[in-house]
Amino acid sequence: MEKHLKVSAIKDGTVIDHIPTKALFKVIKILKLEDCSQMVTFGNNLDSRAMGTKAIIKIANRYFADDEVNRIALVAPNAKLNTIRDYEVVEKRVVEIPKNIKGIVHCFNPKCITNAESIITRFEVLSDKPIELKCFYCEKITGENEMLFF
Amino acid sequence: MKSLISITDFTKDEYLKIMRLAEDFEANPNQKLLQGKVIATLFFEPSTRTRLSFETAINRLGGKIIGFSDSSSSSVSKGETLHDTIRMVSNYADMIIMRHPMEGSARYAAEISGVPVINAGDGANQHPSQTLLDMYSIIKTQGSLDNINLFLVGDLKYGRTVHSLLMAMLQFENPIFNFIAPPELAMPNEYKMYLTSKGIRFFEHSEFTDIINAADIIYMTRVQKERFIDPFEYEKVKNIYILRNEMLKNTKENMRILHPLPRINEIHTDVDSNPKAYYFTQAKNGVYTRMAIISHLLNLK
Repeated sequence: MEKHLKVSAIKDGTVIDHIPTKALFKVIKILKLEDCSQMVTFGNNLDSRAMGTKAIIKIANRYFADDEVNRIALVAPNAKLNTIRDYEVVEKRVVEIPKNIKGIVHCFNPKCITNAESIITRFEVLSDKPIELKCFYCEKITGENEMLFF
Repeated sequence: MKSLISITDFTKDEYLKIMRLAEDFEANPNQKLLQGKVIATLFFEPSTRTRLSFETAINRLGGKIIGFSDSSSSSVSKGETLHDTIRMVSNYADMIIMRHPMEGSARYAAEISGVPVINAGDGANQHPSQTLLDMYSIIKTQGSLDNINLFLVGDLKYGRTVHSLLMAMLQFENPIFNFIAPPELAMPNEYKMYLTSKGIRFFEHSEFTDIINAADIIYMTRVQKERFIDPFEYEKVKNIYILRNEMLKNTKENMRILHPLPRINEIHTDVDSNPKAYYFTQAKNGVYTRMAIISHLLNLK
């Protein structure tokens, strides 16, 4: 069997694996990888035994704090993070949906003040399956299918 | 520094304190606790009833008022943000009372204001002083907030007053809820599930009949035409949820009828002279309740 990596390996940095294919560009946006000056490689619609298809991102020389990476949990709840040092996986992490979300998502309520003025949104996570986010301001609940990302 | 944005911002002890203070202000309505203080009433959308009630409360407490009654007469019409208006006014006043059409606006104002904020209505979201005056009307007429059989009638889907009252009454012993509404305007599932999870009894009805004979309080709300997608559905139900004097014959002696007002036609005027009609006194109770809220938040009592 042919054995080579679809997305080439990195020497040092972070690999984010098991991203749902539809969430790849959202993850890039949430982690602000558009502004990352390091080498970023990614692949989408890759075969996955667990997910059918998946996406993967590799970021050279970049490491993420837990609260930073948990921001992607809303779109990629099963993502796995591998920290790479000298081509070796030195740490594996899973993402966790935080209890409170700041920014990232718009409140779905068009009458919410956060949609009228420049306010950083804040939500309490009421449930993670399916995702239910209660707006700190208008108290309305944004559901999984209503999430719109900044 | 404490604000009142949602009814759940207050604990049960605070509810009871507000009730005691309101009773005290009713017995002795002119207490100059706000002497030398300035209170801002910012009404970004008009609400004459609520504004007059708050301003009467401030006047009776001897305070001075600044503010506006409608955003067209304020800097908002020049495009000023809520953020800037609140920052500015909180430099001038000792407290801000605001009504605003956007939901969450009051919570946001409390976050940026250096002085306490009272939410006098943020869109369809919260209007906690209404709930506290409803509670004061209940305790005054029933002697207690425990063991109340509360009938909520009309628009139970969108009516914020009924949702807030329900949440507040859950703090007290053994409430029973009866919901009377057309299917289109039934109590949302999230509230019913919450009641079930707390083991609290509730009953749902779509007929408005002699079931009300069990009520301690009948809380009427308006069934608004604009809430219906199909105007035909509105025509079908619009005359069903009207309370008439003849329906009160066999209701309990202690029963009282509440309504947040304004009333359109859901309480027939022939009810007004019945001693069980309490809605105008309820509005009057609002002044004492608001005096209590202001004094509590400013630590004057």
